[in-house]
Amino acid sequence: METLTGLILIFISAALINNFVLHYFVGICPFLGVSRRVDTAFGMGCAVTFVISISTLLNWTFTYFILRPGAPLPAAVWQSLGGSAQTQIDLSVLSYIIYIFVIASSVQFVEMYVRRFFPPLYKSFGVFLPLITTNCAILFASLEVLKHMQDPMDLWGLPQALALALGGGLGFTLAISLMAGIREELDLCDVPSALRGAGIALIVAGIMAMAFMGFTGVERGVDAALSSLLR
Amino acid sequence: MCPTLAVTNAMKPAVTMAAATAFVLICSNIMVSLLRRLLKPHLRILVFTLTIATFVTIADRFLAAYVYEMSKQLGPYVPLIIVNCLIISRAEICASKQGLGVAISDGVGMSLGFGLGLATIATVREVLGSGTWFGLHVMPTGWPNWGIMALPPGAFITLGLLLAVAEWATEKRASTALWRTVRMLWSWRH
Repeated sequence: METLTGLILIFISAALINNFVLHYFVGICPFLGVSRRVDTAFGMGCAVTFVISISTLLNWTFTYFILRPGAPLPAAVWQSLGGSAQTQIDLSVLSYIIYIFVIASSVQFVEMYVRRFFPPLYKSFGVFLPLITTNCAILFASLEVLKHMQDPMDLWGLPQALALALGGGLGFTLAISLMAGIREELDLCDVPSALRGAGIALIVAGIMAMAFMGFTGVERGVDAALSSLLR
Repeated sequence: MCPTLAVTNAMKPAVTMAAATAFVLICSNIMVSLLRRLLKPHLRILVFTLTIATFVTIADRFLAAYVYEMSKQLGPYVPLIIVNCLIISRAEICASKQGLGVAISDGVGMSLGFGLGLATIATVREVLGSGTWFGLHVMPTGWPNWGIMALPPGAFITLGLLLAVAEWATEKRASTALWRTVRMLWSWRH
């Protein structure tokens, strides 16, 4: 039960309280660039959620078995080469290089796979897939997971990592769809000429960020409600 | 795009971030420019990204070793330099086509421009948000700190308004230039 509550809290925190776009400012480029129409914005959000889950899954696996301090695989290699069992091996210096490599190649594979086996899905969000490689949100999710993998006593398991990734992806979808809805209405408004385009979009984003600040502290209430419900 | 908003709540993190980005940009420009004859077209982007990731790791370890507090405050935004569009687009557009000298000067110029942009946003946000600049008090005593400027919404609004100011200035200059040309043509005809 503890674990389940923890998972739900991680999910809600990533999706609403610390929204990736409006609190951490990651994924701003697609948030401003692909938010002119609601349907394309929603497609982009789904594509990001999809890729973020897959790449976090892969990066968690790499971190757990290879990169974290005290990981099993390098220790086994070291011992088979005649090293002592006491040596603590920490390969987390390599994590940025491995993460970006995994993200770039997984996006490539996902694109090929979707194009081959799910043509309708490819038509709806395939065009966004190459753009996603350089999306900060994907790398940011992996980095957040890495932060929770440093202490061997208190490791994040795969469920926690996936809850963060799914929450972040859905929070991104929510933010970009809301933004696109507002911008469709803005097309009919009389905006001062200097503010047209990115300027007014950023100000709207600022007001949305203020609205999302209202979620601060929700986690305590959710925690209390869940623990009384699950008892 | 992310660092422009995330690290500009005060001058110190903004300057640190600009320095780290400048280091990565210049080093990766040099590296890509030296490697440009060996690049295969379809592996190009991958090579760029891995080069950038290597230099970002160096910068990150350096910051963690010498300015630990600042490195903690910047948090995930130092590794996020890897996916900064500025660096990869300069590698693609300039460094992979030009010689070493051009690539270095392009890197220096681009990072100065980026630093100037960050410093502008950080100045507005720090002065209005906490009444200080680089930690020095600049506003009169009794200045009510606009807390919202130091928080995420302030970042969006500041950048939006600064973009509008830049746009307005360009428009105005363009229209004056146009007006001058029209007047010149007019006087030349008579």
